[in-house]
Amino acid sequence: MDLHLMDAVATEEEREALDQFLGAPESGWEGGLRDARDAHTAEGGHEARAQRHLLLPALQAIQSRIGWLSEGALNYVCQRLTVPPADAYGVATFYALLSTVPRPRRVLHVCDDIACRCKGAAELCEQLERTVGPAYHHGPEGDHVAFGENDAVWLRSPCLGLCDQAPAAFVTVAGAKPVERLFGHADLAGLQRLVAGELAASLEPRGRLPQAGDPSLRLLRRVDVIDPTSLDEYRAHGGYESLRTALRLGPEGVIREVTDAKLMGRGGAAFPTGRKWEAVARQPARPHYLICNADESEPGTFKDRVIMEGDPFSLIEAMTIAGFATGCEQGFIYIRGEYPLATERLQHAIDTARARSLLGEDVMGHGFRFDIEIRRGGGAYICGEETAVFNSIEGLRGEPRNKPPFPVQVGVFGKPTLINNVETLVNVVEILRIGGPAYAAIGTPGSTGPRLFCLCGDVTRPGVYEVPFGTTLRQMLDLAGGVAGGRQLQAVLLGGAAGLFVRPDELDMPLTFEGTRAAQATLGSGVIMAFDDRVNMVDILLRIAAFFRDESCGQCVPCRVGTVRQEEALHRILAGRPRGGMDGEAALLEEIGVAMKDASICGLGQTAYSAVESAIKRLHLFNGARPA
Amino acid sequence: MTATALPLIPLRPARRMVELTIDGETVQAPEGSTILDACRHQGKEIPTLCYLDTLHPVNVCRACVVEVEGSRVLVPSCSRPVEAGMVVKTDSERVRHSRKMVLEFLASSVDLSTTPDVAGWLEDYGARPERYGPPAPPAPPGFRDSLQPGHHAPPDPDYAATVIQPVKVDNELYVRDYGKCILCYKCVEACGKDYQNTYALTVAGRGFDARISTEFAVQLPESACVYCGNCIAVCPTGALMFKSERDHRDAGTWDESRQTVTDTICPYCGVGCTLELHVQDNEIVKVTSPLDHDITRGNLCIKGRFGWRYVQNRPPDARGNGRGGDGRPRGSA
Ligand SMILES: Cc1cc2nc3c(=O)[nH]c(=O)nc-3n(C[C@H](O)[C@H](O)[C@H](O)COP(=O)(O)O)c2cc1C
Ligand code: SF4
Ligand code: SF4
Ligand code: SF4
Ligand code: FES
Ligand code: FES
Repeated sequence: MDLHLMDAVATEEEREALDQFLGAPESGWEGGLRDARDAHTAEGGHEARAQRHLLLPALQAIQSRIGWLSEGALNYVCQRLTVPPADAYGVATFYALLSTVPRPRRVLHVCDDIACRCKGAAELCEQLERTVGPAYHHGPEGDHVAFGENDAVWLRSPCLGLCDQAPAAFVTVAGAKPVERLFGHADLAGLQRLVAGELAASLEPRGRLPQAGDPSLRLLRRVDVIDPTSLDEYRAHGGYESLRTALRLGPEGVIREVTDAKLMGRGGAAFPTGRKWEAVARQPARPHYLICNADESEPGTFKDRVIMEGDPFSLIEAMTIAGFATGCEQGFIYIRGEYPLATERLQHAIDTARARSLLGEDVMGHGFRFDIEIRRGGGAYICGEETAVFNSIEGLRGEPRNKPPFPVQVGVFGKPTLINNVETLVNVVEILRIGGPAYAAIGTPGSTGPRLFCLCGDVTRPGVYEVPFGTTLRQMLDLAGGVAGGRQLQAVLLGGAAGLFVRPDELDMPLTFEGTRAAQATLGSGVIMAFDDRVNMVDILLRIAAFFRDESCGQCVPCRVGTVRQEEALHRILAGRPRGGMDGEAALLEEIGVAMKDASICGLGQTAYSAVESAIKRLHLFNGARPA
Repeated sequence: MTATALPLIPLRPARRMVELTIDGETVQAPEGSTILDACRHQGKEIPTLCYLDTLHPVNVCRACVVEVEGSRVLVPSCSRPVEAGMVVKTDSERVRHSRKMVLEFLASSVDLSTTPDVAGWLEDYGARPERYGPPAPPAPPGFRDSLQPGHHAPPDPDYAATVIQPVKVDNELYVRDYGKCILCYKCVEACGKDYQNTYALTVAGRGFDARISTEFAVQLPESACVYCGNCIAVCPTGALMFKSERDHRDAGTWDESRQTVTDTICPYCGVGCTLELHVQDNEIVKVTSPLDHDITRGNLCIKGRFGWRYVQNRPPDARGNGRGGDGRPRGSA
């Protein structure tokens, strides 16, 4: 490859931001000062190109310092990492948290997604529009709305994973000491103060776990009980006993326990975890990689955040066990970019564990090597899809790959890869604590163990709840105090935006894999979002359709265009101008949906019709009030 | 074909055959070949748009999907290898529905007027792109290039969104009409890892806003492009087109029935690439190289692709198809 750079030159500050991350350039080839030696040496080849995986973190380093990526900044990144500028531009324009157009240093991402809409997010955004100015978006000519007097803008954001504290917002302030805060219970006055420049550093990061301290808890038993930054407290509460057990059992023993436990993946696809581990362990190709999928961007989902913020060491321990069992020496945590506190706590936990030889060259003096690196997402729901995670880590656009080959054979960097959800992994700590068979006795025969549910929307006490599998939907709603304000329940969204709506007369459905399957529903990522009788369900449906259109990677035709056509049809219905009448639109939506489900590459397109379909067929949304 | 007939067939070990069922018939196919290969061998017509046998399959258009027993979703036949015992249906209701929708989605959002074969497929599958409403007015210049990922403005319920936009004419050699682009990734592959290693092109943006772009959408002369034209050679839609062809088309004078194709060898260097000169009215209108040519695989460099103007020893052309019509190579006084 003949690297053809642009002419644009990075500013001093842009260079400094990147040099802080990559270290100073070693030669003129990489953008350092030219000296006589440069004429006689060359940088390039495989070694130079092998830095590609640093592309996203490099772009993030500049984004968080400057607030956007100029041509000069991108050029310098390309020179340092030997990446063609066009490629880097393709990556930079994939992520919503990165900007290739000028953006002020202070950006407010205000969630207007479904759970927050139940708590007035749409009205909040309208008020912001009126008082602060329009959201930073495109004018009709492709221009951008002016910043105004404040060095700040606001943007509409998809679900921020803080639905229990809706309405949520995420503020980023670029600079030498960048500030990032995810906060809940946002109100107009507070947002206005942030726009006006008030410090964001003091914002209250998180609420309290509703079940905190409940002795029946397994996965959440330490959350809001111990200091999440204290390894000693973690150990005093049983921490690292499971790793010790694992080292005693040996890799095959660990996999046997996980298989006996009949653990199923909690990331949405419900794949048997033991089978996955065994498949990776058996792959002859080396090295093996482990990835913890902490991208958690399914609207309505926030369980992984609660674990990572409240009990970060448990994830580190779980990953160490997984690495030991499947022969991985390197683990990655791919965490969504909107989770600064969870990222900070995990980094602290990793550093502490390393200092105490619980990670590193010789874990627990057992001669086993394992370490963990955190990679942050850039604002892209699709990057939670397992093969998109690989591409994102490798510094490519976060587009899913075709399967087969499957991750266990060909995963990140082309090597066998174990990828599991945060909750899935944390279950392994419990499995080794009580033993596979004892774990399998929890729940139902088809759905074993405890399960985390994210209760949000119009419930009295939103939050993450842990229950054994088999609890009914009604019991879950009761646990969260029922519908807020004693109002009437209109519908429940199960499993997130990729899940589906169920009716108030279906609440006796047991929340198990088999129970939901029998009811033609899904648990997905464990979302239970309640809507009371005041909610305009068409509005919710439009937001879900917009979400899929926004978050489609754009690779395959059924999803790239199908999500647009689906949203357009819903807007025609809303505008009272359905083509071919309501029945015509319903039939068209079905045709679009079936093609998306059948012919899309990945789960995003395959589920993009799910909620809309259930609204039509289960809630009979368009049968009652038919627009003219 | 002349040059390809050379006995340069590489020796390959005989491949094992696997047995599978396609539309109820038992067929044999070499291990490692794709379902599409097997179907084509059987003489079955399967529409493809993003597939080209000289490029890595990206399986993104989904026009070629088939039903495979045991698979929850349809599979792209262009990239899925055959397996022993596979039961494949290439023309079921389910398959036909998804193909129809893919064709409708494309035809309602992209200008397919210069995509070969597609009109026939639209008819075969009963696609009705007009049912999504009238196409939205073309985007202003640069608009689609400026789109940022994330929240988008709500759609206009009176129109169907499209990618139609003004054609990009920023150099003398070829034009880019992304209103015709189906985002098949072929140009990106040809320019980057599959052949040219220049990496002038990328997919930028996300979802429906995704588009082929240079860095910051700069014009081609500012980009890394070396004008090999290998992207044009693989573009299935005419989105990338020789300027000479585009000028003829715009003038209404493009007429393939009046064209001859003459094979020759590129005179510039010792590699000896085979050139196919497309000639209309005694004028070279474009140059290609055969995709199945052992050396070029359809690729050329700027000289073979575009360096033929000197052949046309005629006064400056009134139709404006290029400079240097004085019979001298460009640059010579
Ligand atoms: C669009 C999309 C987004 C996804 N996002 C996540 C996510 O944020 N976290 C996650 O664990 N799994 C996510 N998944 C599921 C993963 O692809 C994968 O199945 C999961 O990480 C496997 O882990 P498990 O076996 O532990 O469930 C997503 C899937 C799709 C299709
Ligand atoms: S289904 Fe959607 S998100 Fe998935 S690969 Fe296709 S376009 Fe991308
Ligand atoms: S002409 Fe060649 S170098 Fe230029 S964009 Fe096309 S393939 Fe790339
Ligand atoms: S320009 Fe042509 S080759 Fe490139 S993606 Fe579009 S249709 Fe495919
Ligand atoms: S944080 Fe707003 S919907 Fe989840
Ligand atoms: S030809 Fe197979 S997916 Fe495009």
